[in-house]
Amino acid sequence: MKINPEYKTLAWQGLWKNNPGLVQLLGLCPLLAVTSTVVNALGLGIATMFVLICSNATVSAIRQWVPKEIRIPIFVLIIATFVTCVQLLMNAFTYDLYQSLGIFLPLIVTNCAIIGRAEAYASKNPIKQSSFDGLMMGLGFLAVLVVLGAIREVLGQGTLFDGANLLLGQWATGLRVEIYQLDSQFLLMILPPGAFIAMGFLIAGKNIIDHKIAQAKPKKLEQAIERVRVNFEN
Amino acid sequence: MAFWIASSPHNHQQNETSSLMRLVIYATIPGIFAQWYFFGWGNLIHISLAVAAAIIAEFTVLSLRNKKITPQLFDGSAILTAVLLGISLPALAPWWISVIGSVFAIALVKQLYGGLGHNPFNPAMAAYVMLLISFPLQMTQWQPPLSLLAMDIQLTDTLAVIFSGYTPQGYSVEQIRTHIDGFTMATPLDTVKTNMTLGLTVVESMQAPTIGKHFGVGWEWINAGFLLGGLFLLSKKAIPWSTPVSFLLSLFVCSFIAFMISPDSNASTMFHWFTGATMLGAFFILTDPVSGATSVKGRLVFGALAGLLVFLIRKFGGYPDAVAFAVLLCNMSAPLIDQYTRPRTYGHDLGVKK
Repeated sequence: MKINPEYKTLAWQGLWKNNPGLVQLLGLCPLLAVTSTVVNALGLGIATMFVLICSNATVSAIRQWVPKEIRIPIFVLIIATFVTCVQLLMNAFTYDLYQSLGIFLPLIVTNCAIIGRAEAYASKNPIKQSSFDGLMMGLGFLAVLVVLGAIREVLGQGTLFDGANLLLGQWATGLRVEIYQLDSQFLLMILPPGAFIAMGFLIAGKNIIDHKIAQAKPKKLEQAIERVRVNFEN
Repeated sequence: MAFWIASSPHNHQQNETSSLMRLVIYATIPGIFAQWYFFGWGNLIHISLAVAAAIIAEFTVLSLRNKKITPQLFDGSAILTAVLLGISLPALAPWWISVIGSVFAIALVKQLYGGLGHNPFNPAMAAYVMLLISFPLQMTQWQPPLSLLAMDIQLTDTLAVIFSGYTPQGYSVEQIRTHIDGFTMATPLDTVKTNMTLGLTVVESMQAPTIGKHFGVGWEWINAGFLLGGLFLLSKKAIPWSTPVSFLLSLFVCSFIAFMISPDSNASTMFHWFTGATMLGAFFILTDPVSGATSVKGRLVFGALAGLLVFLIRKFGGYPDAVAFAVLLCNMSAPLIDQYTRPRTYGHDLGVKK
């Protein structure tokens, strides 16, 4: 089976090279505000990914009929529709998580990562590629959210997957891992400043890895072009 | 043979960073001695813990950044930061407070911004604020002066409390802090603040045992010690006179006005000067050459702003003392102050470049 190389590029772009969280730095507000635990991060990440896939697919499907001048309001309407769906679904099935995400769930509408993809990719490409792009960008965003949530949760309260039952149902209570016992929470990591600091370290880590990869690659030999310099003035 | 001719002024600059830092560390000795005399071994233990952690953190980050380790590690700036942090911590705080604090100060506040000379914030105070908002419980359990304690606390007891939370006899920090009559003792600033919410006047608050005869048992002497150290630094011209003078003057004026308006609800000017971290802040924290303003006029504004902020936060804020917050806020505004107080360059008109 032959895979379109386009998909490979899309996956690489979304997950690493052009990651919405680490490189584009889009959607920082929810990224920094709700990642105090892995479960919150997972909930918001999945919601964002769902909205991203659906909005990309829809925008791409109607791209022939959208007048260029009013495309942004139309994109926003489409995104808002899907966000409302997600919000109602989460209200119905994961009420506690819905409560703990609070305002940041409806705020997905204003997440620049989503409208950015609609504008930059989905409005110019066919449905299949656009949906795949949405999936990969969403996964990239989700990964950053979860990693950040894990760092903050471990440093802040010494646990992992605390409150997983809010998202996954009663069976998931057993997922909670207590890594170490803290007498008192490390509030800085739970509060927004901790998110900024951890995010800075994540970006620095990605840059280091990129730098190492670039150094490890064999350097292309520059072709030496020898040309005679002709200077007519002197 | 060519002679290299430097432009004037031709005076010899013999100050190195390390000698300046060493001088400042020596100048903290009277204050630390007063702390030891009135409050026991706690702060000395925290200072040594913080210094050890700071040196390890500095070494790690410098080796990660491929810098020359020996000159930068022993230029004394990391040690000074750790000493200042250790001085400002509550004496009976657990050991990890000073370790986390000094690692944060060195690795994040100083080295991540590019090392000594590039940090926008005072590392010791940034670490103190970080600790205060992260661990409010441990950071507000101030130990009362030894003379007021119901039990005798020796070096071993202090060590045990710091490392395990309990003395060998099994007393917790909370029990040590409790007076023989059953009430918990706080710092003088805390006492005044709490009494104000209870509807007591300042004169009534001054009857509290922690305040003693003047402005606070022990605290007045600690501040006097730092004042002495600061005057020593001024006489050595290690720190500029403008920041501390304008800071103390501004605090004096603010508290004087408030005291004149309503003497019942405002502590006296000298109370503001000789409690809390006023003198430490004035001579050792605000005079940090890196994160402060640079010109004389700028330093005057900087110090006055800090004094105003300390008064406002002490009077209206949620925390009893305010020096750390005031210093951070002033550090933030230092670039702006510098821009508007640029001194005239010799040979140029004022206001050519804005």
